[in-house]
Amino acid sequence: MNLAALQGDFRGWLVEASEHAARRIGPAARPGLSVYQNNYRTQLVTCLAETLGHTHAWLGDEAFLAASIAHIDAVPPHAWTLDVYPAGFAETLARLYPGDAEVSELAALEWALSRAFTAPDAAPMPLTDLAAVDWDTAVLRFAPSLQILPATTNAAAIWSALAAGETPPAAALLPEAAALLVWRQDFAPTFRTIDAVEEQAIALCAAGQDFTALCASLAEALGEEPGMARAAALLGKWIGDGLIIGAAPPSTAA
Amino acid sequence: MNAPVPTFSGYGLGLRREHYRNFLETAIDVDFVEVISENFMVDGGRPRDILRRVRERHPVALHGVSMSIGSADGLDRAYLERLKALVDEIEPLFVSDHLSWSRFEGFNSHDLLPLPYTAEALDVVCANIGLAQDVLGRAMLVENPSSYVAFDGSTMSEWAFIDAMCQRTGCHLLLDVNNIHVSAVNHGFDPVVYLDGIPGARVRQVHLAGHSQGEDMLIDTHDSPVPTSVWTLYEHAMSRLGPVATMIERDDAIPPLEELLAELNTARRIGTAARRKAAA
Repeated sequence: MNLAALQGDFRGWLVEASEHAARRIGPAARPGLSVYQNNYRTQLVTCLAETLGHTHAWLGDEAFLAASIAHIDAVPPHAWTLDVYPAGFAETLARLYPGDAEVSELAALEWALSRAFTAPDAAPMPLTDLAAVDWDTAVLRFAPSLQILPATTNAAAIWSALAAGETPPAAALLPEAAALLVWRQDFAPTFRTIDAVEEQAIALCAAGQDFTALCASLAEALGEEPGMARAAALLGKWIGDGLIIGAAPPSTAA
Repeated sequence: MNAPVPTFSGYGLGLRREHYRNFLETAIDVDFVEVISENFMVDGGRPRDILRRVRERHPVALHGVSMSIGSADGLDRAYLERLKALVDEIEPLFVSDHLSWSRFEGFNSHDLLPLPYTAEALDVVCANIGLAQDVLGRAMLVENPSSYVAFDGSTMSEWAFIDAMCQRTGCHLLLDVNNIHVSAVNHGFDPVVYLDGIPGARVRQVHLAGHSQGEDMLIDTHDSPVPTSVWTLYEHAMSRLGPVATMIERDDAIPPLEELLAELNTARRIGTAARRKAAA
């Protein structure tokens, strides 16, 4: 057996526990093969549990382990780093718990916070730079850690309670759909709930529209005066949160 | 072929999350620290900041677990480029990874899987090490694995394979003494024959660790103090190696730093005595 065939059989043993593959690897190998399969599965279960600790706590040991096994069977790891293995776990949970949307939303929030933890560094724009900005043409640049997640449940409140060591609230649907804004402040991942207006405003800026276009969009949605006031309030909030890393005309906005 | 890696004689610890604060806030009596490369091959955030600050205080060795030197379908170029960026920033003492494979055709086991010791596997390993060394612009250290499977198709011993690998690629060795002991027990070979069979002059670093007794074999768990069997083998190794960097490698059940420093002092005592005795 050449090396590629042996490595293919090893993969078959680890992923599918293929007895045919184990026999081809060799009869003397069987006791050791079990060690490797145990290591493979244990490591993936541990990775999911450590990255998604609050989802684990919410579901309980038995249900989280069952979900982990379902995910491991469906999605073998492919990337060079184990850190990204939890990437699709929220989708697996959405399939396993179709009537309990808070489960997958909690997992998606934890995964987004994990991604924000190691997102590229970018210094927030200093307040002293604000005066020099030409706001007619400025395009806002957001921190690379910024992510927006849909929110239909109180998963954020569940996360906050679990993080504080408190009893989490019962799962509930939000009165109206919202979104979660996730990013990193200095070295600490953080999030807050945002409404549809702010979500659309961020999407518009992230698409490369300038601040004038943002103001026009908000004026159209909310009326001239409230729209201008909301634009100013959003800008102040984003700067205070450390979300803005630059504001410059399109030709200089990298 | 890249220039040989200079020798470094000293005693160090693997830097683990539980001890970040100790290393950042106090003077720790180690000659170097080793970090798991992949933990810091991230875009940004706290991990890179911690490594930069530790590097200001100590020489750092980069120890990888994901290069997959034995992959039949070659190395992951994106992985190599990311590792090179870290190497260029940290300027490490050593860059090492394992004589094993993890990845095959888009699947990554995230485990150090064993290789058959054949001429074909040697060609694959040497080609991959050659590519890695070209991209990194420096010679690597390759660590001998612990293993739980031996293949009927192997045509040479692990130590003969390692000797040929070093000759063909110019790579150096990271000698894991615990791995030799674990594999020797699991596969029934004499660890002293192994030590005598590898090219000692190529060894730049030594790992010391503990293991556990599994159902049918020893398991390389790194979750306990270095046992007597490994200290004995280390003493023999140090009597025949040149200047090397010795390190305690604890990956699980991490004890207080003081315990690891005490264990490192045992390594210092045994290593120094063995070298002195060999020179006499």
